[in-house]
Amino acid sequence: MNLLALQRSMREHLIRGAGEIRGQIQGDPSPRLAVYHHAYRSQLVDCLRDTFERVWAWLGDVRFEAAARWHIESRPPHSWTLSDYGDEFDRTLSGLYPDDREVAEIAWLDWSLRRAFDGPDATPIAPDALSGIDWDGAILHIVPTLRMTSISTNCAAIWTSLSEEKTPPLAARLHAPMALRVWRKELSPHFRAVDSIEQQALLMACHGATFAAICSAIAARMEPSKVPEVAGSLLAGWLQDGLIITVENR
Amino acid sequence: MPATSVASFAGFGLGLRPPHYQDFLGGNVPIDFVEVISENFMVKGGQPLNILAAIGDRYPVAMHGVSMSIGSADGIKLDYLLRLKALADRVQPLWVSDHLCWTGIEGFNSHDLLPLPYTEDAMRIVCENILLAQDVLERPLLLENPSTYMNFADDAMSEWAFLSEMCRRTGCYVLLDVNNIYVSASNHGFDPLAYLAGVPAERVRQIHLAGHSDNGRGLLIDTHDHPVSDPVWSLYRAACARFSGVATMIERDDDIPPLSELLAELDLARALAAAWQRAA
Repeated sequence: MNLLALQRSMREHLIRGAGEIRGQIQGDPSPRLAVYHHAYRSQLVDCLRDTFERVWAWLGDVRFEAAARWHIESRPPHSWTLSDYGDEFDRTLSGLYPDDREVAEIAWLDWSLRRAFDGPDATPIAPDALSGIDWDGAILHIVPTLRMTSISTNCAAIWTSLSEEKTPPLAARLHAPMALRVWRKELSPHFRAVDSIEQQALLMACHGATFAAICSAIAARMEPSKVPEVAGSLLAGWLQDGLIITVENR
Repeated sequence: MPATSVASFAGFGLGLRPPHYQDFLGGNVPIDFVEVISENFMVKGGQPLNILAAIGDRYPVAMHGVSMSIGSADGIKLDYLLRLKALADRVQPLWVSDHLCWTGIEGFNSHDLLPLPYTEDAMRIVCENILLAQDVLERPLLLENPSTYMNFADDAMSEWAFLSEMCRRTGCYVLLDVNNIYVSASNHGFDPLAYLAGVPAERVRQIHLAGHSDNGRGLLIDTHDHPVSDPVWSLYRAACARFSGVATMIERDDDIPPLSELLAELDLARALAAAWQRAA
């Protein structure tokens, strides 16, 4: 058997337990193949435990390990780096726990904070750098570590309690649509729960909309007289959180 | 101009692991170099690269990878090599090493160090991959002998004969893991001293020392979660007699103890190497 065929056989053994490789091994293949079969799965379970620490704490050992093993059987790793393996674990959890949406949402938060930790560097602008800007044509450039998702549960409160090793609240549905934003400020990942108006505004900024267009979108959702205050408040919050790296005037 | 050789560096070092970051950043750890896992720092930004830069200001750095998959029959991945080269250009390491193994094929990555058959077909593929890697990296590679738990029916040569011929064909160097020799010798029933005698001494640049476990089913496992065992220390003594100008490192990846325990093991390695030099 040439090397390519042998490696395909070993891959099939690792993923599906296929037995073709057994004939290629000197001596009793069972205990020897078992070492690799076990190492493959245990390393991936360890990786998921490390990345999804709060999901692990929320689900407990038994349910987390069952979910991790389900994920491993359905999604073999493809990336060159083990640290990518948690990608899509939130989808696996969403499928396993369709009625407990907080599980996948906590997973999204675990994963996004990990991605922000070693994401691209960027230097936010200082608040006093905003003087003299023509806001009608201003385009805000946002830090590259920003990630957002809509949420329907109190996943943020649960995550925070778990991270502080406090008793978490019971899972509950939110009364109004909310979103989470995750980003890194200096060297530390952060997250914040935001309302749907801020989510829309930030998404527009990420897609290159002018600040005037963002204000127009806000105006479509509230009394026009309130727009300056709301837009100003959003801008101040983004500056405070270090989300804006440059302001481009067109 | 690309480097064609790796200079000898007879230092004693430790692997850089997160529980010890602050100790190393203090800059007073009595070691000659640190070894980093390359993939942990092949990231876009943030804390890892900051730490690596600070460590690099204090100690020489060796880069040790786990994902090159030098033995993949479908070839080595260029995007991986380019990321690795970018890190090496940034770090200017003593050397860049990885393992004589394969980790995946055709888009699948096991993230485990899987064994190669020691055949001419594998030799041809491994050497092609090494030559490409060395061209892209613009420096010679060090390749580490793995711990293995199975041999193949088609094996045509010993692991040490494979390593020797691989070095001859490609100009690469060897990172000799003495614990891995002991583990594989136990698992396959060969003489570890014959392995040491068969490795081309002039190509060895670094030695790893680590601990292992018994899986209770007749196999030793390279777990890196125990102190170096007495038989491995004995084998290291024999290695000191055979190889000169070689760096030595204690490698611990799990159940990582306080730094003082690893430094005590490193002191023992220093003492054994010095005793051999005095005797010689």
